[in-house]
Amino acid sequence: QASPTSSTKFGHYYDVSKTMSPELFQSIKWHSFYLAEELSLQPKMKTCNMNSAYTRLLQSIQRIIYQEGFDGSDPQKKQKNILRIGIQSLGSMLWGDDICSSDTPEEIHSLTKFLYVLRGLLRKSLSACIITVPAHLIQNKAIMERVTNLSDMVVGLESFIGSERETNPLYKDYHGLVHVHQIPRLNSLICDVSDTKDLAFRLKRKLFTIE
Amino acid sequence: QGKFTLLRDTRTDGSFLVHHFLSFYLRAGCKVCFVALLQSFSHYNIVAQKLGVSLTAAKERGQLVFLEGLKSCLDLLFGEEEEQSEQPSPLQFIRPLSSSESASNLKALFDFVRTSLNPAGSDSWKGPVLLVDDLSVLLSLGATPVAVLDFIHYCRVAVCSQLKGNIVVLVHSNEDSEDEENELVVNSLCHHSDLILWVEGLVTGFCKDVHGQIKIIRRVSLELMAEPDHVQIYQYKIQDKNVTFFARGLSAAVL
Repeated sequence: QASPTSSTKFGHYYDVSKTMSPELFQSIKWHSFYLAEELSLQPKMKTCNMNSAYTRLLQSIQRIIYQEGFDGSDPQKKQKNILRIGIQSLGSMLWGDDICSSDTPEEIHSLTKFLYVLRGLLRKSLSACIITVPAHLIQNKAIMERVTNLSDMVVGLESFIGSERETNPLYKDYHGLVHVHQIPRLNSLICDVSDTKDLAFRLKRKLFTIE
Repeated sequence: QGKFTLLRDTRTDGSFLVHHFLSFYLRAGCKVCFVALLQSFSHYNIVAQKLGVSLTAAKERGQLVFLEGLKSCLDLLFGEEEEQSEQPSPLQFIRPLSSSESASNLKALFDFVRTSLNPAGSDSWKGPVLLVDDLSVLLSLGATPVAVLDFIHYCRVAVCSQLKGNIVVLVHSNEDSEDEENELVVNSLCHHSDLILWVEGLVTGFCKDVHGQIKIIRRVSLELMAEPDHVQIYQYKIQDKNVTFFARGLSAAVL
């Protein structure tokens, strides 16, 4: 019975019609991963039947965690910050994975192995990671079930575009639904389940609202 | 003695049962081998402390052998060569060393379990216990369902039959799951379990006072024409330091 008039504001301001100003990111330390550049480097991670793009991504993340002292292994490098990692379109063709394009993918375990190793890296360092996965493209639902089990928090965004809900008057103010599939239950027997379960979102040029 | 218990969860998280069995067996003085595949040691340690048990102390006195799957996997893939040649990693199957040795051989994991639970001369612990959280992860790492079932079979022979110990294993299973490999493993294990604790989220959706339902299925006899399994159903609510169980519809919030 949460009151619908109460709201919480998170996040920062953005404007998708403009590019970010250089001053904003010049003062902080950031790293990027561009597959084409990484392919020329020698792999240090042992092979394990994983797609090579994922292997190189894991290696890059591990290297940054180690070099920047996020894993606490070097007492000289005291980290006060948390490493925030963002990975887009995991599982898609952009990463050379064929689970979105084939019914019988060749490297069917690559994505789940990647997630397991990533989980290990995150657990042993001061880092957090957010990943987007094009679930609508992955035919194999078994993989999505496994991906969910390997993740701490799982949120799904379901767009109204192209569905019958687009014309439903109930949803006229919104662009889609938000499904919270899983929430983390860490270091505790209980987890923090919110009262509200039916959530919808609205995406504008400067504001992303969930109600 | 010599019992195989299956923990199964559907539409909810059954890991609270794992925490329960872990602290229960440690308090009872058993030697425990815990194959923890999905969470870090500190996660289990923090919850165990709320339940009155220190995992760190248990490890130090040799009562608990803890396999931290996530850490093992990182050591296997990023570790130095010299470290690995001494002893094969329990999770060696993730890196099949040759094409003939398929990624389905969990022998290294079994050897680890067997070595951990074989009584050493100076041990005075009561019966050995193998605890696994959770078996479904092995499939995600490339093990075949047959390999997983073989692994469990070997563990049963070694732990339940030979050492008269107990095994408790957690698996996930969703209703209408399309993960056929996982369903195969779960169904097969159900047939071979002495006790099944099946935790399910309520069909009616989330409720603050009743977190779910637990079905306790006791295998009375493994013979074909004998008595049917004994089934009990309770509902439960998880709190910070314990879990309360009550008969269906008799939650304190309702009465």
